[in-house]
Amino acid sequence: MIFGRSERGKPPVEPVTLKILVAGGFGVGKTTLVGAVSEIRPLRTEELLTEAGRPVDDTSGVEAKSTTTVAMDFGRITLREDLVLYLFGTPGQERFWFMWDELSEGALGAVVLADTRRLEDCFAAIDYFERRSIPFLVGVNCFEGAARYPQEDVRRALDLDEHVPLMLCDARDRESGKEALIGVVQHAMARASRRRAVTT
Amino acid sequence: MSADGQDRSHWFDDEAGPVVRPYAMTRGRTTSAAQHRLDLIAVVVTEPYADDPEDDPTLSPEHVDIVRLCRDSSSTVAELAAGLDLPIGVVRVLVGDLVDGAFVHVNRPVPPAELPDESILRDVINGLRAL
Ligand SMILES: Nc1nc2c(ncn2[C@@H]2O[C@H](COP(=O)(O)OP(=O)(O)OP(=O)(O)O)[C@@H](O)[C@H]2O)c(=O)[nH]1
Ligand SMILES: [Mg+2]
Repeated sequence: MIFGRSERGKPPVEPVTLKILVAGGFGVGKTTLVGAVSEIRPLRTEELLTEAGRPVDDTSGVEAKSTTTVAMDFGRITLREDLVLYLFGTPGQERFWFMWDELSEGALGAVVLADTRRLEDCFAAIDYFERRSIPFLVGVNCFEGAARYPQEDVRRALDLDEHVPLMLCDARDRESGKEALIGVVQHAMARASRRRAVTT
Repeated sequence: MSADGQDRSHWFDDEAGPVVRPYAMTRGRTTSAAQHRLDLIAVVVTEPYADDPEDDPTLSPEHVDIVRLCRDSSSTVAELAAGLDLPIGVVRVLVGDLVDGAFVHVNRPVPPAELPDESILRDVINGLRAL
């Protein structure tokens, strides 16, 4: 506090910020994963929506009678003073897809969490990222009591492109979460260099 | 806008109250002129030699909060929304006002479809490994 004034005029660091999305079906462990790797307890942000499912920004706001909120949680990892990675848990329901559009803009990539007991819950997320050419990997969240399937079977069930990495993970485990994030960035890099190879 | 002319009870409607109230702060505006959609990870930084926002009668306490929060360390739009407990759309409008008034500037993140530099990606991987 005492230093607050004397430091005034010294410009704060303006970090490069990056984001990775954590997507997947309802209750699959998105918030858990964000919390496991984040340096802060996941924070919550809200956006107001009209019932039609459009952001208030697109309408005249105060005139919108029935509004609802969509909540997103996010975490932060300060890699360096000038390089900060944000993780956003995407809202699950498909009617919030416009939020995904906004979130995925400029994203490095995404982790799609899957639960083998209800694989179909992550189809929408996979479709979404495939269609927009956003690099993603699939993390099969290993819940106790869920049968373990060979990775090849899960791949086939998800109809995953051969380039898309798939890994087993435990959303509660920090190391496992880190590994998934590293996997996404490596995948994004590999894809970018493949693209460069094609275009040059 | 027609908001002012509307049935006043609209503003005090139990159900709408807490939802609509934040937009009263932005005088019903949901976008500001100069503002593109600010990314959630756009970084807001207070201009070091900005005027004292408290002296500006057109600014709300929430504007002042943002200037204060971004003075000693920069903050993203998402963090401001969470920290001030305001919807993202409201924070966007308030930040837009502050940019117009030259109280803050905003650093936009890497533009979409333009992957950041490979060296940055490598730094991210190494940084994550080192955690
Ligand atoms: N056993 C086990 N439980 C987990 C794992 N990941 C998450 N859980 C539990 O599953 C429940 C749901 O996890 P959340 O992280 O809230 O899931 P979410 O995807 O954020 O859920 P929504 O935001 O509601 O869609 C919580 O009770 C977690 O503790 C895991 O890897 N193993
Ligand atoms: Mg959640």
